[in-house]
Amino acid sequence: MQELPSPLERADEEAPAVDETDPKMSFLSYTAGLVFALLLTGASFFVARSPLIWSPGVPVGLAVLAIAQMGVHLVFFLKMSTGPDNTNNVLALAFGLLIVTLVVSGSLWIMAHLNANMMPASAIMEMH
Amino acid sequence: MSTGAAQVAGPAAVSSVVAYGFWIFLLSDIIMFSALFAAYAVLSGETAGGPTPGQLFDVRRAGVETLCLLFSSYACGLGELCIQRRRMVGFHVCVAATLVLGAAFLALEIDEFAGMVARGAGPARSAFLSAFFSLVGLHGVHVTIGLLWLVFMVAQIAAQGPKAFVLRRLHCFSLFWHALDIIWIALFTLVYLMGTR
Amino acid sequence: MFGKLTWTAIPFDQPLPMTASLLVLVGILTALGLATVKGWWPYLWREWLTSVDHKRIGVLYVLLALVLLLRGFMDAIMMRTQLALATSGAPGYLPPAHYDQIFSAHGTIMIFFMAMPFMIGLMNFVVPLQLGVRDVAFPVLNAVSFWLTATGALLVNISLIVGEFAKTGWLAYPPLSEIRFSPGVGVDYYLWALEISGIGTLLAGINLVTTILKVRAPGMFYLRMPVFCWTALASNLLIVAAFPLLTATLGMLLLDRYVGMHFFTTDGGGNAMLYFNLIWAWGHPEVYILILPAFGVFSEVIATFSGKSIFGYRSMVLATMAICILSFTVWLHHFFTMGAGADVNAFFGIMSMIIAVPTGVKVFNWLFTLFRGRIRFEPPILWSLGFIVTFVIGGLTGVLMAVPPADFVLHNSEFLVAHFHNVIIGGVLFGGMAGVNYWFPKAFGFTLDRRLGLVSFWCWLIGFYVAFMPLYALGLLGMTRRLQHTDDPTWTPYLIVAAAGAVIILGGIIAQILQLVVSIRTRARRRDVTGDPWNGRTLEWSTASPPPSYNFAIMPQVESRDDFWRRKQLREPPPAPQYRAIEVPANSPNGFVVAFFSVVTGFALIWHIWWMAILGLACAVTTLLVFGWTERTAREISAESLAAADLTRATVSRSP
Repeated sequence: MQELPSPLERADEEAPAVDETDPKMSFLSYTAGLVFALLLTGASFFVARSPLIWSPGVPVGLAVLAIAQMGVHLVFFLKMSTGPDNTNNVLALAFGLLIVTLVVSGSLWIMAHLNANMMPASAIMEMH
Repeated sequence: MSTGAAQVAGPAAVSSVVAYGFWIFLLSDIIMFSALFAAYAVLSGETAGGPTPGQLFDVRRAGVETLCLLFSSYACGLGELCIQRRRMVGFHVCVAATLVLGAAFLALEIDEFAGMVARGAGPARSAFLSAFFSLVGLHGVHVTIGLLWLVFMVAQIAAQGPKAFVLRRLHCFSLFWHALDIIWIALFTLVYLMGTR
Repeated sequence: MFGKLTWTAIPFDQPLPMTASLLVLVGILTALGLATVKGWWPYLWREWLTSVDHKRIGVLYVLLALVLLLRGFMDAIMMRTQLALATSGAPGYLPPAHYDQIFSAHGTIMIFFMAMPFMIGLMNFVVPLQLGVRDVAFPVLNAVSFWLTATGALLVNISLIVGEFAKTGWLAYPPLSEIRFSPGVGVDYYLWALEISGIGTLLAGINLVTTILKVRAPGMFYLRMPVFCWTALASNLLIVAAFPLLTATLGMLLLDRYVGMHFFTTDGGGNAMLYFNLIWAWGHPEVYILILPAFGVFSEVIATFSGKSIFGYRSMVLATMAICILSFTVWLHHFFTMGAGADVNAFFGIMSMIIAVPTGVKVFNWLFTLFRGRIRFEPPILWSLGFIVTFVIGGLTGVLMAVPPADFVLHNSEFLVAHFHNVIIGGVLFGGMAGVNYWFPKAFGFTLDRRLGLVSFWCWLIGFYVAFMPLYALGLLGMTRRLQHTDDPTWTPYLIVAAAGAVIILGGIIAQILQLVVSIRTRARRRDVTGDPWNGRTLEWSTASPPPSYNFAIMPQVESRDDFWRRKQLREPPPAPQYRAIEVPANSPNGFVVAFFSVVTGFALIWHIWWMAILGLACAVTTLLVFGWTERTAREISAESLAAADLTRATVSRSP
């Protein structure tokens, strides 16, 4: 039976130069990511400050732009893709996002209800 | 399962194992930040009669900080490309840019904190300020540790050459750096942009 | 110069803590002295303290857990005797301030420094062997994780001798845990011990997740992994997801106490309810982190001792992953009474009932595995059978309290205390004991004495019921938890019976200590020469007992689930193996040294000795940098030594 290569590498080895990706594509990918991120950042600042956007819509707009920019970072900078050797990474990210969503939205929902059911401040002051 | 096919060969390559382990760590770090985000969202209105976000935050400074971090992330990405192709001059230029821009971000943030403390708006003033200083401060601590880590690795490469184990860690650093930028997006949106509406 | 630390920190004027401290010190000094006199230090340093072998680290974790079980049990016996005495208006012998520290220490130690290390230790030892690989993904990080956990345990125990422990209960709720109402060092001991050991636990979680997903033998597809590996995966995913929440929340409390921030204070806009919410968002996944590996142990044991493969493997996997996800949707059931209202309570109540379903699926699968099996009544399966009955009762009382109106009556009563001990002892502890009895021969090369194993099991089982069933009744009669004395005479008989139960459990613990001592003394009689004393099904039984440092001379080529069982049924012998040299990571003092400096830093932070804290932290960081400067070294094992080791084992296992 064939023995497999040891998972350890020899200590004194210099890593071989990696040239598997097309350098031009990688550079373009990072630059495109930068441009998109700049655009989305500018848009966020515009949405927050401009009187042109309907006020109740601003938080939604900001959230959408923020999520879009996170996506830009994930795809263009962190090189997340849906290829077969990326499956573990995507699943881990999905798990992390699920937990963050549950914890943050759950906490906000719970705390809003708890705070709403608290005794009014005036009644608390009377107890002192 | 598609990953099953890759696993017929046995344990994954060291670089893949290290990168994945670090990715899991990053996700755990993001979850830690989310607890502070939740605390900030709950406590941001509790100003205890003290200064409010609108009174304290300078959105333009936050914008400059955002640009610093974004370009630092870009420089870091280009630096990865350089080291992969052993373009050492380019690598060092990119690393220098990453460090300088990251340090600029920190300088602006420390200046902001110092100014707020001087105006009596320190972290012990109110729950809102406690949450602000902790959330933004934790991010800043991460940035600081990242910069020191990068300096350490550049020193290692200078002393030992581009060894495989250092390059694996450099890759981990770039994952770390991009993740910090992602957290900053959430931060400036929630704290600075929404806070000063 | 020394912050808040003065000689008055040592409880010279309190006989009970002083006696306990002296006993602990004598014990530690005896152990250290014995090792010195017998010249064991070079061996201990080389083989244990600097080991990065997952098997050694697993044993160290379990050893830590068992030692801390004794400490936590001492707290339990003290509480039970106090309540049995301080009833119908009598004062008892433990003053309230002391009693408060005891129940806080009991909970903290049992959860963080007994149950967690116990499960992590079993997973550490078994998972790489079951996956057919040589070690976890990050062996040095593994050592660091253990030693940071030990640091936390040490800090908690130092509080017995120097200073005091928290009087807040094991979760340190504000406002009581804030600096205003707990100005002493007790809460700080609690916080720093958990922050430091929490880092260790998180790193262990990252390590095991990466190992299970990325480091498996060739052919070990996910659906060929043993059920224990699936439960280990789910448990460690939960560690990675939940422990950051604990770190953040305790961190916020630390900031309140040290820097005067207002996260949870009664003034400045703080919100103590936020602490409850965040800490339980960690706390509920935590109990699933504890129980899932135990479920895995039972799956392995029941399958092996029934002589059948586990019934419903796929549904086991699905149920495990469902529990993993659902455990993040139920946490509010720990504070139904805090006032979130009907909508919120209803949602979380329903989710808490739903989460019982996948566990029910598992119970049925275990029962169907036992059905028509040829059951061999060895201690591991007895612990498993005890678990099935006990855990189901505990789970049922949990589902009962998942109904918010019922919980409004039972919250924080002795009914709750009975419920969680029911599931933790019946589930986690029994699972740990089953695991120890099952894998002990693999770890040490000889089986444990069977008769003393039976005695310890029956004492634990009977003792548990005698100690905790009365608490259900007491809860329904209106007794709340954490009472230092009671004055309702109708409660007295129940409290006395409960104390008797604790004494029966003590008998079980003594039997276990005896089992260990006797087994070691008479080990020649029960040597495991084949490596497979139980006719097992999974890959760890294909190695020698104990396995060589590299586990497998040649990584197995896996072709099915329960691959070792399949290979045993084959008629023709396997082809002669071709050995190649392999590398194993060299030992590293990294973990031990970092932990030493962490103890110094933690102690200094607790007592506000700022120069020492800075120095300790700087040294810990320097240690990491020094060890990180160069690549970790590895040592090579030649093909000839691999072949020789295998040949020796084959010869020995064939001898009569």
